Order: sequence, then C-alpha cells, then structure tokens
Amino acid sequence: MEWLALEFMQRALLAALITGVTAPAIGTYLVQRRLSLLGDGLGHLAVAGVGLAFLTNTAPLPVAILVCVIGSVGIELLRESGRASGDVGLAILFYGGLSGGLLLAGLAGQGSGTLSNYLFGSLLTVTTADLWAIAGLGAIVAVVCLGLLPQLFAVSADEPFARTIGLRVRFLNILVVTLAAITVTVSMRTVGLLLVSALMVVPVATANHLITGFRAGLLASMALGAVAALSGAVGSYYLDTAPGSLIVVIAIALFAVSWPLSRLAERRHGRLVDVGSGEPVAPGPEVAEAHPHVHGENCGHRPVLHAGHLDYVHDGHRHAAHGDHYDEH
Amino acid sequence: MLLTQPGSLPASPTDPGYRPPALRTVGVDVVLGGIPIVRNADLEIQPGEAVAIMGNNGSGKTTLMRATLGLVPHQGLIELFGTPLESFREWRRVGYVPQRSGILVQQATAREVVASGRLASRRPFSPATTADRKAITAALERVGLADRARHPFVRLSGGQQQRVLIARALATGAELMMWDEPLAGVDHHTQALLSEVAAQLKADGVTIVIVLHELGCFEPVIDRAISLAEGRIVADGPLPAERSEGHEVADLKPTTLHRTGLEAP
Repeated sequence: MEWLALEFMQRALLAALITGVTAPAIGTYLVQRRLSLLGDGLGHLAVAGVGLAFLTNTAPLPVAILVCVIGSVGIELLRESGRASGDVGLAILFYGGLSGGLLLAGLAGQGSGTLSNYLFGSLLTVTTADLWAIAGLGAIVAVVCLGLLPQLFAVSADEPFARTIGLRVRFLNILVVTLAAITVTVSMRTVGLLLVSALMVVPVATANHLITGFRAGLLASMALGAVAALSGAVGSYYLDTAPGSLIVVIAIALFAVSWPLSRLAERRHGRLVDVGSGEPVAPGPEVAEAHPHVHGENCGHRPVLHAGHLDYVHDGHRHAAHGDHYDEH
Repeated sequence: MLLTQPGSLPASPTDPGYRPPALRTVGVDVVLGGIPIVRNADLEIQPGEAVAIMGNNGSGKTTLMRATLGLVPHQGLIELFGTPLESFREWRRVGYVPQRSGILVQQATAREVVASGRLASRRPFSPATTADRKAITAALERVGLADRARHPFVRLSGGQQQRVLIARALATGAELMMWDEPLAGVDHHTQALLSEVAAQLKADGVTIVIVLHELGCFEPVIDRAISLAEGRIVADGPLPAERSEGHEVADLKPTTLHRTGLEAP
C-alpha cells in the first residue's frame, strides 16, 4: 500500500473517483436518449482543444472544455433542427477534431507521445491545480445530474410530454450535452479522451442488468463506475500501463459478470414455492391484469376446457380463476 | 349556442362569472414539410365539455391536437383558458397523453413515468412532497395499476402502458385533459377502464378532449364530436341523443354552432 503515500497517486485516485462517479451519471441520460456514442465523438473533439492548447502554449483543460462545449451545443442545435441527418455531419466533425488535434499538436512540436497522455490517460500528469478544476466541474455535473433528475428524465423519456408540463426542453437538452462535454474533458487525465465514452455507457448497461428503476439504476451505475475507475487506477500503477485501458477493461468485466447474475436473480425471483410443503414448484403463469367483472356464463368471453378446469378466452389469451384473481394460461 | 352545454356560462368576457373557453382556435393552419395538414380550423371547447376529435388516418386530428399544445408550428390563433398559446405558462392545468410509441424508457418503473406528471408544479432541485407522492399513488390506483408501480414500464403490456400514460396525465391534477388516441392497440378491459376514468373526470368538471378513430367505449362520455377530413373541420356538433350502435362520424350534421361565442369583442 506504499502507493497511497505518493502525492501524485492520491491526486490520481481522486481524479479517477470523480470521473468514475460523474461519467455514468451523465451517461445514463445519453443512453436513455439513444446518444450512447455522443461521448466518443465529444472525446475526439476535445483532442482538437488539447492540440490548440499545445500550439498556444496554454493549459489544455480550459481550452479543451471550451472547444468541446461549443461543439456539443452546436451538435445539439443541429439535432434539434433535424439537420444532422445520416450522422455524416457528426462524423466529419468528430474526425475533423481528432485529425485537427493531432495536426495542431504536431505543429506545436509535441509528439504523439505527449498527446497519448490525454488520449489514454496518465496518472502522473494530474497537477494540484488540475485536481481542483476536476473536483469543481465534477461536483457541478453530479449536482445537476442528481438534482434535476426528474426533469432530465422526463425530457429524455418523452419530449412532447415534457413540453406540455412547461419544462424548458431546449435548455435541458443543451444542459445534458454541455455536461457531457465537461465530463469528457475532465476525464482526459484518468480514462483518456478515446475511452471515456466507455465509462459513460458500460456501467449504465451493467446497472440496467442488475437494477430496476431509473433513479436506482443511475445511482448503481455511479457506484460501478467508481469501482472500475479506482481499481483501474491502482492496477495501472502496478502494471505500469495507461490507466484508461485497465479502467475500461474492468468496467466491461463487471458488465460480463452482471449478465449471468441478472439471469440468476430473474430465475430466483420467478421461482414459486408451495406454501404447504415448502417444495419449489414450476414457475407459474403470470397473474392476469385486474378485472372489472367475474368470468362466467354471461361475460361474453368464450369458456374453454383446459386440463380439468375452465379458462375464459380474453383478448387472445386465457384466464383461469385462481383465488381472487385470474391466472394467464 | 347549445343551452345544454356544461360550459354555457355568460358569453361576454365582461360578465361576472365569465370563464374563457378551455381551448379555442381561430383560423389555425398547420403545414408540415410543405404539406398542409390542418386547414383553417375554428373550434371552441367550453370548460367541462367532453369532446371527441375524429377522422380517418391522415385527416389531421392528431396534428390539430399537437398544434394546440405548441408541439408543432402553426399559423392562426390558439388560446388555452383565454391565454394565447405563445404566452401560456399555466401548464399544470393541462394533462396530455401522447401516442404511446413516442416513449423512450430503459429501466424506468411505471411509478417513475407517472411521477413526471407532477413536474409542472414542482420546482427544480426540490424533492417530491407528500402531496406529490399521494397524487402519484392515487393516479396509479385510478387506472388499476397500484400493484405494478415498481415494474419496469417496458415490460408492461400495451394496455398497461397506456394506463400508465393516462395516470401520468391524471397526476398533473389538470382541468383540461388532451388524450391522443388512447384506445389504439389496447384490450377491451383497458378500454372499459379508460372510459370509466373519463366519466369520473367529467363528473369532476374536467374538460376532456380525445382524439379518436372511433368512439367505441367513450360514446357515453362524449358530449360532442368534431370531425376532420383532409385537415378541415367538416362536422362539429353534439352526438345525437338517440343513436344506434356503431354510430358513424359522417352522421353528424355539419355545423358551426360553437362559433356564436366568438362575436364578443
């Protein structure tokens, strides 16, 4: 545990924790809106910002944030107007960002080695000033993602309805992409710009496997992101690799484990136990929807004989009386 | 003007006790992609009325409803509760039920979907109040889905999903319900339940506007039907008191009965 005493390692772990928590939080809204790959595109765009900062000899973080936020708002306005058709415009913007960033970095005399600190993360490059900026921006992202959860959920689930309850839909949509841009840029030292999108999507998918409910899923994905980011950062110190790759590999490993776990939980949840003997019985049929009338001779539903009892044909499926309700047969 | 209309209150805005129409449109046109969808629509719906907007597929009935809510661009005058749509801010008075296909939820529960209905009266960054929680529970109970509150919305049947969307509109506590084709693809049981809910709302004095392909089980609830063909209102009048089963929209006599209230300055 001697790494905990290293100051740069403490900074790196804090930065990783902030990324691990914020990336899935904003990612939940992107996934909900079927914009899973937006984070990837914004990462490419941020590379141009880093290149520009090299060339102008300024701090990479503010320049990258500026470029990325401007780009993300532009993309959202294009999407809203329906002009970003076929994704081609977005692809050009994103690859323009990546190639432009590499070009600018080259012109600035910085090799691809320096740039790779930002593309795949680098624990050593997190300065104290950076950490304060990361912490401040991360706090904003987390507070908005949690504090405006009902509003952001309503907008991403059903935009027309959100308008008719008076929500400022355009503002909230731009807020989501702006926060995504900030999250991507803030994450460039820990996960790196090329892999941050994975941390915005994979823990969300994992949480979807394990948890029911939007809010619960969002919180679970934040916890999963924190686990992946912290363990990846520590592991990369021992393995002497770029932290981004290990963080994402761990996140995907968690996703892979969640698959059979969710199956198992589903099966256990669905298993019925005979009250008398305590013996498990075969999974029974689903209980039918609530009923306004009692099936009988005059209800208008066709009765059929089924394994010794009467079922009633109800909208193409069969109802069988069971206690105070009907089972689906 | 029909004297039996629930909203037949003093017609002049200067009269004491005057209540403006819940919904009023004058000369509304909607053109989408260069194609006229709604043409010169004039209608006036009084508080407490239950009105069906009917027509064949492509007649413009859904677009007309979406225009009155500001969801599609329009030309002409639209007023909600006497306020022009452009400056209308009291959205808690409106309970909209869109067509089901537009909903995008991954793992959200039925209750979380219904909870969105409370946002019109809820401040940002403030937690749900006890009143919010009660309204959400009550709305789920009214559509018979209290036991499905924690189920994922996407795993519910089509009829149950429709009931969740109705519950979301109920949770707003709105006095004007705007339901877009609530009967599309739902089973008989849900249809019966929805007409019961509508009848209860009407008894409570709520204005109901429903876009429908056919009246179906809503027939006992509806006071008046507005019929569209090729974007124009071709009929607007009360349902005949004595009507046969399978009543056709075309039976309605073409009329502009409800324009009498417009003359007041």
